[in-house]
Amino acid sequence: MSDYRVIEAKSSVFFDRYERKPELQQQTHYCPGCGHGVVHKLIAEAIEDLGLQDRTILVSPVGCSVFAYYYFNTGNVQAAHGRTPAVATALKRSHPESIVIGYQGDGDLAAIGMSEIVHAANRGEKFTIFFVNNAIYGMTGGQMAPTTLVGQMSTTTPWGRRPSNEGFPLHMAELLATLEAPVYIERVALCDNKNIMRTRKAVRKALELQRDAAGFSFVEILSPCPTIWKMTPAEARNWVAEKMLPVFPLGVLRDRKLPPSGNAVPPQHSVAELLELAAPGEAPSTLQPPRAPLPGLAVNIAGFGGQGILLLGQVLAEMGLRAGQEVSWLPSYGPEMRSGSAHCHVCLANERVGSPLVEHPQVLVAMNEPSLRKFAAQVAADGLVLYNRDALPAGFSVPQARVYCVPASEIADRLGAAKTANMVMLGALLELTHALPAETALAVLQTKVRNPALLEINRHALDAGAERIRKAVPPAILTTA
Amino acid sequence: MRQLCKGNVAVVKGALLAGCRAYYGYPITPASEIAEAAAELLPQAGGTFLQAESEVAAINMVYGAAAAGLRVLTASSGPGISLMQEGLSYLAGAELPCVIVDVGRGGPGLGNIAPEQGDYFALVKGGGHGNYRNLVLAPASVQEMADLTMLAFDLADRYRNPAVVLTDGYIGQMMEPLELRAHDVPQPEKPWAVCGTPETRQNLITSIYMEPDVLEAHVRKLEAKYRQAAQAEARYELYCADEPEVLLVGYGIVSRVLRSAVDLARAQGVRAGLFRPITLWPFPSQALARAARRCQSVFVVEMSTGQMVEDVRLALDGRVDVEFFGRVGGNVPLAEEVCQELLVRMGMTVDWGV
Ligand SMILES: Cc1ncc(C[n+]2csc(CCOP(=O)(O)OP(=O)(O)O)c2C)c(N)n1
Ligand code: SF4
Repeated sequence: MSDYRVIEAKSSVFFDRYERKPELQQQTHYCPGCGHGVVHKLIAEAIEDLGLQDRTILVSPVGCSVFAYYYFNTGNVQAAHGRTPAVATALKRSHPESIVIGYQGDGDLAAIGMSEIVHAANRGEKFTIFFVNNAIYGMTGGQMAPTTLVGQMSTTTPWGRRPSNEGFPLHMAELLATLEAPVYIERVALCDNKNIMRTRKAVRKALELQRDAAGFSFVEILSPCPTIWKMTPAEARNWVAEKMLPVFPLGVLRDRKLPPSGNAVPPQHSVAELLELAAPGEAPSTLQPPRAPLPGLAVNIAGFGGQGILLLGQVLAEMGLRAGQEVSWLPSYGPEMRSGSAHCHVCLANERVGSPLVEHPQVLVAMNEPSLRKFAAQVAADGLVLYNRDALPAGFSVPQARVYCVPASEIADRLGAAKTANMVMLGALLELTHALPAETALAVLQTKVRNPALLEINRHALDAGAERIRKAVPPAILTTA
Repeated sequence: MRQLCKGNVAVVKGALLAGCRAYYGYPITPASEIAEAAAELLPQAGGTFLQAESEVAAINMVYGAAAAGLRVLTASSGPGISLMQEGLSYLAGAELPCVIVDVGRGGPGLGNIAPEQGDYFALVKGGGHGNYRNLVLAPASVQEMADLTMLAFDLADRYRNPAVVLTDGYIGQMMEPLELRAHDVPQPEKPWAVCGTPETRQNLITSIYMEPDVLEAHVRKLEAKYRQAAQAEARYELYCADEPEVLLVGYGIVSRVLRSAVDLARAQGVRAGLFRPITLWPFPSQALARAARRCQSVFVVEMSTGQMVEDVRLALDGRVDVEFFGRVGGNVPLAEEVCQELLVRMGMTVDWGV
């Protein structure tokens, strides 16, 4: 019978002798009548007939088919239990011209690897999965699989699978057919020669689709495991027909082309462009920037999220960088930001910055009262406090430091951009400390604020802050005792 | 050009320079900017970025890309690193090079997202199953986030083994100057990779060896490789370490705090020095033993309850008194706090002169 010969003939995609196998190198390690052997043959024949051998990468799972690479004379990658679709995803994306075949059992795919298969299918990864469903864990000796039938005995369902305890068998083909992306999903069975021929067609079709870069293809194969089922090969085939088919109906669940996508295409650049590297040959411009005779400065800036706390710190750090200083900027991050408060530490130094944590700031910029109360005591002796109000809270003082009350939010409101309160404070800070020239602040802002009108307001904000300091009442009076 | 850059972003810039064109990862604070920067930069350089469905998937995608011969990066933090451990064991077992960044946060469990160094054991000592090692580098600045990521790719390829950049939330989140230079080191050939080509058809990536003798031979081969790395790759930095009476030891952000603490201690008349391991595996044991030779004591500071300190004790083998000070929960020790603790343990009183 011609059908029979196809199944028994050895494809040239298999090794002549299974030299990767420790012993008995003429035969496979599968039990007589095992479905894996049949599926292997069908895959090998399809690869051979389609001329895909040199391009094929087979990803083998953990399960009885872990040793698929003993047999397939193709590229081979062995994956962790259940992760074949993740491994295959990266293989295919790394080498789009390759033909990537994932081979998985039911424990591998539908239990431990459920997440990976669903997501790979949902992304429409352009590879093929052959899913061998034998309703049991073969390799580990007969435990329940997610596809074990209701009432079916296994070593971990000694009274048969009970839906009250283990739920119902999972229908993977149907489940994946709820997704948009897959182009081909079919369930077939190895219960008789006619169905084996259907399986053969399905395997071939899935690989043709991959060859044509059509999308994700998936073939579920109901497969006998005579050893664990404790049956003869013939009985096992019958069991597939009689017990599995009613639970897992055969047929094509998906066969369609993907609609054209409206994907945005990222612009392409050289690494040098992306990273703004100096052109080759060009001397690195600022390898050793000239050391400016500027004082170092350690600053804490604190307030509400949304007050531009982090940006103020960044502008300051960037100014220091442009002046050839060593700088660091350390932000608060995460839920603290979400809870509404924000702070950052900035160090400007003329040598390598040690700890970027500012323990005793020379300047504290407190944009609200809680920050003032929280951080004022840490300010260094003879340090400065810039407080975003007309006056300190009643009864509050900072004995070791000079306090300047700069109602930056009010001033910024008057300028028409409440968000520039941080720049009012920066103007004040620069005027007080002379740490860095104010023009540098503008130059830095030019790179951050693209809108010219807004840039102009920022300039006014810087000026207004400086102006406020120039006109300030001597600070001693403001530090109410 | 010197640019102000965030530590997490510097990782991706370093990776790009090192020829990495593949990133697979899952977001987690405080590492997410690495994924975000990779999502922005890699596709523009013709590379692949994919947000995986979990860290388990991510590390197995890394396995696939590494098997395909690509330089591949992923990043995560504590809980995600725990999920990647099986994958790390497979990667080491299958001898696949890749780079994993752990931006450490507070643990155990969900802990918090503030910086901690509680993952030392999990990455330096193992964490996954079986006899393998990770190569582990510990940056202490934004510049090193880029430089050590690049080095990690080279080491990973040289030893065909995962390399880990072990850092923390502060180094990841902070901004400092970053200077990048074109990096023309050719990438090594990977004739073992599986690429779906006629030349690579005979290649097999696997970590299964059923015969005990064969697996033993494989593990011995890995062991020999690790021995070689231990000889050749230990890196460290010294500060004020010329005949110190007390040597402070810390890595990552803590080493920055210790640098300031050394200055404070010296101002108090204590001849303090700093030893900063740059590689945590291999641990620079010999260099540490040399630096600590004439010290009265070695003072180890970590953001943990005491993990690296075990390697310090092993390196010094009881020859020098080892003291430990740790903060956890996301608290970063302050230089003053460290200095005070140091002086107290040396039996001195503190005079801050304020
Ligand atoms: C993380 C992990 N958990 C468990 C195992 C043990 N294990 C190996 S194969 C297997 C089940 C295999 O069953 P299936 O996927 O149905 O394949 P079959 O052997 O039936 O072909 C299990 C649980 C493992 N190798 N790794
Ligand atoms: S145990 Fe079952 S699945 Fe495994 S080889 Fe034997 S028959 Fe096949």
